[in-house]
Amino acid sequence: MRADLLTDAVEGLDEALGAVDGFDQVLVGGLLRPQPAQAVGLAALADAVAGSPLAGRVAEAAEKSAAGAADEDHYLALAAARSALLGSVHDALVARVEEAVGRPRAEEPAATADGAEHPVNLLMATRGWLCDVARAGWQGIDHELIGGAAPVVTAMLPEPGLRRLATLLDGFAAELAASCPGATLERMPVRRWADLWSRAMLLTLPGADRATAVAEATGRLLPLGVDLHEHATAVQAQVHAVFEPADGGTPRLVRAGVSAPKPDTVVGAGLWQLLRPHMSLLAAVSEGRAMELDAMPVTAEGDLIWDDARATQGEPAEPFTTARVALPTAAAAPVAPVDRHPARIAVPVLLEGYAVEDAGEGVAFRVAGERLAVGTGRVPAAGPLTADAVASSAACLGLLRWDAGQFLLQPLAVERTVRKKAVAVHAGAWAGGTADKAGVRAEKAATDAVNVLRERAGRLLRK
Amino acid sequence: MRVVPSARPRKLAKVPFVELADGRLQGVVSSGSDIGRVYVSSVEAGTYAFSCSTNNNRPCGGARGAFCNHIRALIGEAVLQYGAERVARYLKVDVSGEQTDAQGLTSAMTSTRPAQGDRSAAAQVFSRFLRHLAYLEFAPTTAPVPEMHWFPTTGAVA
Repeated sequence: MRADLLTDAVEGLDEALGAVDGFDQVLVGGLLRPQPAQAVGLAALADAVAGSPLAGRVAEAAEKSAAGAADEDHYLALAAARSALLGSVHDALVARVEEAVGRPRAEEPAATADGAEHPVNLLMATRGWLCDVARAGWQGIDHELIGGAAPVVTAMLPEPGLRRLATLLDGFAAELAASCPGATLERMPVRRWADLWSRAMLLTLPGADRATAVAEATGRLLPLGVDLHEHATAVQAQVHAVFEPADGGTPRLVRAGVSAPKPDTVVGAGLWQLLRPHMSLLAAVSEGRAMELDAMPVTAEGDLIWDDARATQGEPAEPFTTARVALPTAAAAPVAPVDRHPARIAVPVLLEGYAVEDAGEGVAFRVAGERLAVGTGRVPAAGPLTADAVASSAACLGLLRWDAGQFLLQPLAVERTVRKKAVAVHAGAWAGGTADKAGVRAEKAATDAVNVLRERAGRLLRK
Repeated sequence: MRVVPSARPRKLAKVPFVELADGRLQGVVSSGSDIGRVYVSSVEAGTYAFSCSTNNNRPCGGARGAFCNHIRALIGEAVLQYGAERVARYLKVDVSGEQTDAQGLTSAMTSTRPAQGDRSAAAQVFSRFLRHLAYLEFAPTTAPVPEMHWFPTTGAVA
């Protein structure tokens, strides 16, 4: 890997992010009574997309917003402009990663697929709430305003087609609620909240979040590792893998995910317990096995829409072997336009021959003279991979990500040399279950929590 | 990057449900003596007006004029789950200079001699608990949710 490319400046990046930051400051104060400084931020956003098809609509939206006279369509145009800018940042960063990693990219363009139509009233209710929040600004949020999201989330969660927006809104609203009242906040995650706000705005466009299978995958699936996501009331496990088509076509990088809403008290091993029954792949990951797929639906973005009935257990397959043998030639799928955002960059890479720097500001790898930060915080708690194991590793299989202006590596697994032998430790080793002593204890605690919840609820319900 | 750390794991037997919502610290507390009984308890933000009654809507004997043990247990578990700072902020308890833990919070509130609130809160707490439980029943999906990339696990709990 050419690590120097990851630390080199990306042309135009600072300008694009500068325009984004200017707009994000607008959301801090809110758009109810815009101040002159906010007008500057809005105008800069409009300028930044002046050469794009969005130009006219964004210029009008910026002007109306600066005058305090924006309607929902104007807010939507602003969210679109901000997303387009970050889309360009995403593209530049991904191009850089591809150059550094030196892997091929699948050339077919991301096809837009048809999907089910969503109940439009819930999308409109969501957009209305988001616009109210934008008017108040982060400094103006209070419990009453943020509590307004709850009924919309409750109505959306049972609708499978609205799960994405519901999950996002639920996590976003919980975060804002924990920060109320905004007037007394000393620090706030300005870019993050603007990200979540813009993202949610775009998803209120009917059809924006369609992920429809466009092909079927038949062949061998070789897992690389598990990436775990969670907020208080949702969890997602995403397995990154190399897919080798049975017809001898080019191997491809794919993902297979499973997600679910959850009560906030289900944590740690409880997350695996919730997801495990719905994706046999998690067990295969724990056992270090490949899986054979038969006509598994796959999206243009390389997401398998997992169905246990179309997968069978395969031969043992060690992820580090997969990373050394199959990963270098595996082609990445293109990213759908709406999903182009730096936060979504997660490129599987194998690093070897680095020096570990473990001082002060967390673990980092020195790769070919360049410093690459390691995000040990993103490793699941219910698993055997620890920061110490990462710091004493000789090889690391991970996801290359970009956050807060720099690339960083999220470890999925490491190899350590113990008595002259390489021993692998996988972050997702407990996904499918474990015989590890600490793991068994965590599993039991999680089972107890859910059982108690159900039993106590039964007492209350039977009154 | 995460703003809200995930809930710290706690044993749910004593207090199966606790939350900061509707302007109250509220939750469900198991009876210490009767396995079949649960209490619905709450403390209002700002006034600390408190309320505690059983699942059969009988007032709690201990909550006459002062916080009962159920409410004290509720505060203790809320501090475990959310951290004392967030609980204090939500309830508008000024703990500057005092110890910021469950005990400090409780004594800061009781020292203001809070009034007993009306029991109408119980029905709302109950419906919030049902909403909470519903999160166990939604079917998992294998369609991708790219938005979750904004919510990485933080590995904070073991």
